[in-house]
Amino acid sequence: MDKIIKGKAFVLGDNIDTDQIIPAEHLVYSLSDPEESKKYGQFALSGVPLAKSGLPEGGIPFIGLNNFESIFDIIIGGVNFGCGSSREHAPFALQKAGIKAVIAESYARIFYRNSVDGGFLIPYESFGRICDKIKTFDVLEIDLQKNILKNLSTDIKYNLKPLGNVLPIIEQGGIFEYARKSGMIL
Amino acid sequence: MGMTITEKILAKSAGKNKVMPGENVWLNVDVLMTHDVCGPPTFAIWKKEFGKKAKIWDKDKLVIFPDHYIFTKNIHANRNVELLREFAKEHQIENYYDVGTDRYKGVCHVALAEEGYNIPGTVLFGTDSHTCTSGAFGMFATGVGNTDAAFILGTGKIWEKVPESMKFTFHGKLPEYLTAKDLILQILGDITTDGATYRAMEFDGEAVYDLSMEERMTLTNMAIEAGGMNGIIAADEVTRAYVKQRNDQPYETFQSDSDAKYFKTYEYNVEEIQPLVAKPHSPDNRDNVKNVEGTALTKCYIGSCTGGKITDFRNAGKILFGRKVQVPTFIVPASTATAQQLEAEMINGATLKQIFDDAGCKIAESSCAACLGGPDDTFGRAVDKDVVISTTNRNFPGRMGSKKSEVYLASPLTVAASAITGVITDPRNFL
Repeated sequence: MDKIIKGKAFVLGDNIDTDQIIPAEHLVYSLSDPEESKKYGQFALSGVPLAKSGLPEGGIPFIGLNNFESIFDIIIGGVNFGCGSSREHAPFALQKAGIKAVIAESYARIFYRNSVDGGFLIPYESFGRICDKIKTFDVLEIDLQKNILKNLSTDIKYNLKPLGNVLPIIEQGGIFEYARKSGMIL
Repeated sequence: MGMTITEKILAKSAGKNKVMPGENVWLNVDVLMTHDVCGPPTFAIWKKEFGKKAKIWDKDKLVIFPDHYIFTKNIHANRNVELLREFAKEHQIENYYDVGTDRYKGVCHVALAEEGYNIPGTVLFGTDSHTCTSGAFGMFATGVGNTDAAFILGTGKIWEKVPESMKFTFHGKLPEYLTAKDLILQILGDITTDGATYRAMEFDGEAVYDLSMEERMTLTNMAIEAGGMNGIIAADEVTRAYVKQRNDQPYETFQSDSDAKYFKTYEYNVEEIQPLVAKPHSPDNRDNVKNVEGTALTKCYIGSCTGGKITDFRNAGKILFGRKVQVPTFIVPASTATAQQLEAEMINGATLKQIFDDAGCKIAESSCAACLGGPDDTFGRAVDKDVVISTTNRNFPGRMGSKKSEVYLASPLTVAASAITGVITDPRNFL
């Protein structure tokens, strides 16, 4: 696991559901084929209404037309991030688009589990609401050892909630590696 | 201190005498269910991670229902069904219900009940968020992603954090203008879409125990819409009678102790609840039907694991009998058994199917269809600026197809009444 994650912020609001993260019509593509699975990056967050895409101004597409990766690295969200369906395609799509971490006020259970157990991205929880304090394009730095988010564009620091008992799974990169290391499976 | 029904079932599954909310436990899984959207990636992860040693922990406990994208020309969607077929053949999975054969069942959550996989006291995981539906049978059921499902497929085990429980008690006798859908929309409006995140939602009270199994499944089905980890209703005689017709294996039933601890409890008198809708674009955006009456519609939709069961069509049929719909109205029986019942059950000498045909409804074969949008050629899919009233479970932006569309969620009574007038209409006008 990296000790520092640094990159550009893409800011969203509350209740970003899995249909907004990856609309259901795209769930038909292979996740294991390296070429075909790029489409998940291409369509990541394509269900977010444009006015609410890239806050506070909105109107900022997460991914440029016909691109497979985003220029953004860290997503900032409000409450109940990833609510809705159980599709693991959601954190997978964000990872394919180049997202390393999401920092939200709270998560829906299945999205959180999928992010951790599949090793797709790090789902950090903020103390209180930061999605109306950070702007899209701000440059952020997450210190994964101290659980601190630093907004390099404003020089303001935010404490993040420690990852707690899922940290060992995140450190191993997912539930399979964790289970192998701990001798649960061969 | 006592335990809730959810805690008791998880303790048993974990091989413990007692579990506490917040504790992480490893569960032994009784049934793993998957479908055409999440089955192929689950199998790919299982093969990759377990390699040459990959072995299904118990073939009899794996159940596969193609149901999501079935009647489409989309080549990728059809390839996913083909991948299920190949997997089932290669590994000789008996519980595979192939499309195009007599075994095809339709929507997984309803088929699990009909085929006897829902057994009180057991633990069921599925690669679908609405797996919580099965909790209507006094069992623990919840949704997981592909990686967790692949882990279960190889080991029969999975970790879970024991949830705190919330209890929702409905008193009184359900009026004829209400259904279970109104009750769950009432709760969603009260606690919002994250009001039960990582918690168990337990339903209780005489109004709940008066419901059929199908209607109970509507309550537990939408627990996920409040973020709930599971919804649960303790088994009673109605449950036992339903299960007995489908499975003769012995089982243990559980009930919450009178001194069990709850995060919060809610009490309702159903006679005070009004017909409800969830307005665009969230299932918790509740309002009385009366307050949105007259809203012009372009489509009506009756279907899905939430609102496409036989009880839903009985309710819709009551209102549509002898009347014509004013806007395109789509009927999608959740299961093939439900579709057969539409041709058998009569109201005033007409079968439900005749009633829907005569009213001018379009009827499709069983599948998830437009509940979750799907490929462009999906039956009933919302296009452009459609305004839809639907018996389904979610109305997030773009959920039923077009991002510009607006979806109202309501009971089959309210949807049928609205289909007749072409505008959102209180079902009491037709009862």
